[in-house]
Amino acid sequence: MVSPILELTNINKSFGHVQANKNINLKINKGTIHGIIGENGAGKSTLMSIVFGLYQANSGSIKINGKEINLRSPRDSIINGIGMVHQHFMLVENFTVLENIILGFEGETVFGEKLQKAKEDLEKLCQTYNFNIDLDATISDLSVGFRQRVEILKSLYRGAEILILDEPTGVLTPQEVDELFKILRSLKDEGKTIVLITHKLIEIMDLTSEVSVMRQGEMVGHTKTEDTSKEQLAEMMVGRSVLLRVDKKEIKKGETIFKVNNLSVKDDLDVTRVKDVNLEICSGEILGIAGVTGNGQTELLEALSGIRKVESGNIELFGEKISDQNNFLNPRMLKEKGLAHVPEDRQRMGLISDFKAHENLIFGYHDQEPYSKSAILNNKEITEYSNKVMQEYDVRPNSPNLITSNFSGGNQQKIILSRELNENPKVLLVGQPTRGVDIGAIEFIHQRLIDMRDKGAAILLASVELDEILSLSDRIIVMFDGKIVGEKENKNVTDRELGLLMAGVA
Amino acid sequence: MSNIVVDKSKVPWWVSNVIVPLVNLTLALLVSGLFVFIAGENPIEAVKLIIYGSFGYIQGFAYTLYYTTNFIFTGLAFAVAFHCRLFNIGGEGQAYIGGLGVFLVAINLSFLPVPIVWLLAIFGAFLFGAAWAYIPAYLQSKRGSHVVITTIMFNFIASSLMIFLLVDVIRDTNQMAPHTVKLPEEIWLPSFEAFSGILGIKIRYSPLNLTFLLAIASLFFVWFLVWKTKWGYEMRAVGHNTQAAIYAGISPHKNIIIAMCISGGLAGLLGVNEILGVSHKIQAGFPAGYGFTGIAVALMGRNHPIGILPAAFLFGILYQGGSEVTFEMPNITRYMFVAVQGLIILFSGALENLFRPQIESFFVRRLNREVNA
Repeated sequence: MVSPILELTNINKSFGHVQANKNINLKINKGTIHGIIGENGAGKSTLMSIVFGLYQANSGSIKINGKEINLRSPRDSIINGIGMVHQHFMLVENFTVLENIILGFEGETVFGEKLQKAKEDLEKLCQTYNFNIDLDATISDLSVGFRQRVEILKSLYRGAEILILDEPTGVLTPQEVDELFKILRSLKDEGKTIVLITHKLIEIMDLTSEVSVMRQGEMVGHTKTEDTSKEQLAEMMVGRSVLLRVDKKEIKKGETIFKVNNLSVKDDLDVTRVKDVNLEICSGEILGIAGVTGNGQTELLEALSGIRKVESGNIELFGEKISDQNNFLNPRMLKEKGLAHVPEDRQRMGLISDFKAHENLIFGYHDQEPYSKSAILNNKEITEYSNKVMQEYDVRPNSPNLITSNFSGGNQQKIILSRELNENPKVLLVGQPTRGVDIGAIEFIHQRLIDMRDKGAAILLASVELDEILSLSDRIIVMFDGKIVGEKENKNVTDRELGLLMAGVA
Repeated sequence: MSNIVVDKSKVPWWVSNVIVPLVNLTLALLVSGLFVFIAGENPIEAVKLIIYGSFGYIQGFAYTLYYTTNFIFTGLAFAVAFHCRLFNIGGEGQAYIGGLGVFLVAINLSFLPVPIVWLLAIFGAFLFGAAWAYIPAYLQSKRGSHVVITTIMFNFIASSLMIFLLVDVIRDTNQMAPHTVKLPEEIWLPSFEAFSGILGIKIRYSPLNLTFLLAIASLFFVWFLVWKTKWGYEMRAVGHNTQAAIYAGISPHKNIIIAMCISGGLAGLLGVNEILGVSHKIQAGFPAGYGFTGIAVALMGRNHPIGILPAAFLFGILYQGGSEVTFEMPNITRYMFVAVQGLIILFSGALENLFRPQIESFFVRRLNREVNA
């Protein structure tokens, strides 16, 4: 019997009183693609950071090829043949591919022979695995998919036999995902071992041969992928059965209440990010915006919610012009007119993580009665309201005085959602409502959005999760390079079709 | 194990807010003791002198409270701006200009009923201090000029402006020194000995006066403003996360200006103590570094009124006790106590995190053990 290439025994790791990993055992066989799946906060990333030497376990042992090793830093792991591709790439943007790959491993003070040698080696690697990368290209000119390849190449060049990928598909278009999977399969065929961390069931089913499921810091199961199903895995992850599709009533479309005419918007660097966009939303309708991150969705939502200045064109709410290049209503005035906004990035914008939960629950509504009267905050009302709404939205722990950063991502999102939905807005702008949110909370958040739609709100939903767009929207538009490149009724649309539009190909 | 990350929410409040500052303070004092020892004096004797000088007799204690008054104002001034994440280094200049406000109001309106003159003079101090802080605030919010740089520059401008005024415009022309005439005696704020005289106790002169109560009231004012009003809420929101504030429709520009003006106004109140309470005239350089020391007071008091009161009191003790030491011990100069202050700032400000993680994780581990047991 060959010993597994990587074996973890009784790994424990805690941060203060939070135990992120409890008695984890894991065996990974050479030449396989092994999936590790679990909700956000289940401890997957912590576990892999231990394997990569970023954290040290409190107890337990790590064996590679049957030999116990001590990993004190990522350097130790690299020496032992472990490579990791992080969710956020660690690349120097204004360096070339080659410069990034040899960074820290240059091997000589003045570049000469060794650089040439490195280049030759890398070209060979590229050919073996069909990477199709120009080694002299500057990183900032490369698309996200290619940057990821650079990361993989970097690990391989440093001699990685085990490659850990942390949520690799989060930022990719469906086509780029396909390309990535092709590369991963060819790596496997060459005898490399791949560990794939993800919360997307579909990827596990597509790619892996074995899968381990984590829940709340514990390993709850190992299985061969062929012996299981999506439903079964989801149930293991959450600990109960979940609905993977949202039940949605037939659309009852009302009149158009929100209208955007020829809108253009610039970003902070004065680059036009939204180009001549037109759209309309009716009451009782969810309009989904699909698109790869960075194609103008952020700026569009910010302009619509009064945060960003309109460059040209205008926005109408109930037939009244609310913004054009000369004047625009600020977010507070828009709230009074019935427009609510769940921002894309909750840490950066949606909440103040150093504030207590109850302070965030009134954020933006803090100067309205009953929360404050003649400038003095009414703590009694605020606490009562917070208790009520936190129960209603099942925010855990249910303690309004806790500092917000102590809540998990999903619960923070519920805090924002409850705040924005509580006033029964007529128009709701939602960006990435379930980013970094666990499956249980996703179900809940989706249901709330559908409820709002059924009550007659006009909802604009921007998301990079195609599944989310497809399961919630009544109509879908696709944004590419600041323009709307396609509009479809959500009937018989496939993610392939949308993917081509998102990539700007169709 | 290495890499222990302490979950902040589990640290008892008194560990972060009492134990850690006390440890830092003790260290600062130990190092100071070393200085005293090197200077050739006995540190224990020096401590005895400090305690006697600041508590040992009633006049000394009155002096301690007088210094405390000034530190409360300048400490609060720094803290208010800090809640909006603005480092107002300009307390010194704002206090100086605040003094001008007190004097101008008091001298020109002295015909009004006395309590009304007082109220207007306090208002004048606040307004002038606020106005001096307004300019850097405006430059920060509209032009992005960093408030740290501009407030430092405004200290110099205030100093030059006041010297100009004291020499050429408002000098008491019967003499040559750069100070103004005295205010009429009937509008002076009642001093501590006037109060004790009513109670039948006779004590010698001290500069402690009614302004002390104004300082205590300011502590309440700041607490209420920052934590109980929507203005304080908005200021803190801008300070913690400007992006989020904009998202919620809170104007960073407006709040930067409000926070700085209140901060400058509080610093300006120092002029009430010095001019209406003690010297009754403007003297060149009367803020005498209180504005800068206020930064240390606020840092030590963790920018909360409840912390600023004991921190201001501590600095009062050091000022008063320190002058007693320099008087009794010839080897110890006034500058030695500037060094001691510096050490306190170093340990409780710059090296704040030197022991915090260890102390906090120690208590968290102890708590965990109790929970597990």
